[in-house]
Amino acid sequence: MDLRFAIQLGIIGLTFFMLVNASALLVLAERKIMGFMQQRYGPYLVGPHGVLQPLADILKLLFKEELRPKGADKWLFTLAPIISVTAAFAAFAAVPWGAETTLFGLLDTPVKLGASDINVGVLVVFAITSMGVYGIVLAGWSSNSKYSLLGGLRSSAQMISYELAYATTLASVVMLAGSLSLREVVDAQAGAWWGFIPRWYLFLQPAGFIIYVIAGVAETNRAPFDFPEAEQELVAGYNTEYSSVRFALFPQAEYINMATMSAVATDLYLGGWHGVPFLTALGLGWLVFLAKVGVLLFTYIWVRWTVPRYRYDQLMQFGWKWLFPASVINLIVTAALMLALHA
Amino acid sequence: MPDTLLFYVLSGVAIVASALVIGQRNPMYSIMLLIVSFGALAGLYITLDAPFVAVAQIIVYAGAIMVLFLFVVMLLNAPQEDAAEWDRTHPLRRPGMARVGALLAGLLIIQLAWALMRVSALVEAPVAGRGDAAAISSVRALGRVLFTDYLFAFEATSILILVAMVGAVVLARREADR
Repeated sequence: MDLRFAIQLGIIGLTFFMLVNASALLVLAERKIMGFMQQRYGPYLVGPHGVLQPLADILKLLFKEELRPKGADKWLFTLAPIISVTAAFAAFAAVPWGAETTLFGLLDTPVKLGASDINVGVLVVFAITSMGVYGIVLAGWSSNSKYSLLGGLRSSAQMISYELAYATTLASVVMLAGSLSLREVVDAQAGAWWGFIPRWYLFLQPAGFIIYVIAGVAETNRAPFDFPEAEQELVAGYNTEYSSVRFALFPQAEYINMATMSAVATDLYLGGWHGVPFLTALGLGWLVFLAKVGVLLFTYIWVRWTVPRYRYDQLMQFGWKWLFPASVINLIVTAALMLALHA
Repeated sequence: MPDTLLFYVLSGVAIVASALVIGQRNPMYSIMLLIVSFGALAGLYITLDAPFVAVAQIIVYAGAIMVLFLFVVMLLNAPQEDAAEWDRTHPLRRPGMARVGALLAGLLIIQLAWALMRVSALVEAPVAGRGDAAAISSVRALGRVLFTDYLFAFEATSILILVAMVGAVVLARREADR
């Protein structure tokens, strides 16, 4: 096994490791930020300032009894959380998180930071995240409980509706960059206009970015669009009947999906690892990337604890009558401007 | 060699999953197996150096269309087909239908054999201007061909889908709404 191959494997392993820990960190961050916003301390007892709380949570869940309702479909009930979490991890495989690097001169030819480099990366991420809905829908159906079923139904309807707006905004960015490869999209955003405004697509596509973030929140089933698990109406929605590790996999998939959404938004709109020239020159662009993803993730949590949940008909109305037309107009305007400015 | 092995594994998965789709009594399992079959097909496209087609296969078939199927099955909530009722009343159970089915299957096999022979003839004598592997895998080339040479077919298909959609809406509307 040559060095290059080993390093590529190492990068894949590192990506996986970061994602696993991202979900634990996000659980902690969510509870801490929620506590702060509600003027409480949040978890405080396990470890200094409660930083070991996720560890305690996962240990508790590991030792819980696994229950399965009597009328549940044995195979699909087991399969559903596995599909959820597998899709969440797999989607990140196509997301690059750093520039090409020689690892500070260790290698002759540079390696690319990211689990893989696919020339249709944008579509791969979209395809695999859209597979995640099966986990939720099957969990809802196989539990054989009315609350779970309603949660699963809502989830599939919601994801179909918001995927349209999501994919259409992706198309605008792909048009601008002229490539379906996430890495090429990022590299098209290097440099700055007039020396001080970074050439991020955020500035060319402000409407697109807002639509992307809203659709992303809806796709990950986060508040204010968390209808699949609306607790006032559906107990806990699609995961009502789940317990123990099987239950733990659903929030984990949700947090990883959040990380993927934020990472893709960073790649598409915020210039990925570009933006701080001296760090990029040092080969530490991935720090910039992580910082941007962190800001987006904070926004996710911030929104969750600020905005109350919509009503279900409002969600559908908003998705079909506002968000989707807005994304189509954004696409047409982008195409028209590109034609006008290049011709 | 790994490509050949992948081909046999993926096509094996696709064939077995497709066969199991029609063998299931539970429509939910059929849907899941059909997704597996689509996934294996997407894998085959990747081994053919056509990642875009593979991803489109996942997005359109395994993603959008199967979610819709799942949605319908869940709404109807038909976990088990009523076998006895099905056997008695279904039009396909009428006498003579088996012969029609056998005829159709025979036709299909002949068609398949004809297509395979035609393809192997094409492979032996490549037609000038046929795209090479790089051109097939390039989304740019695919888009150009789709919007120039095959523009009519492309637009006709989209109109067909639109008509089907309008038709579905019209059929779904109840009398009272009119």
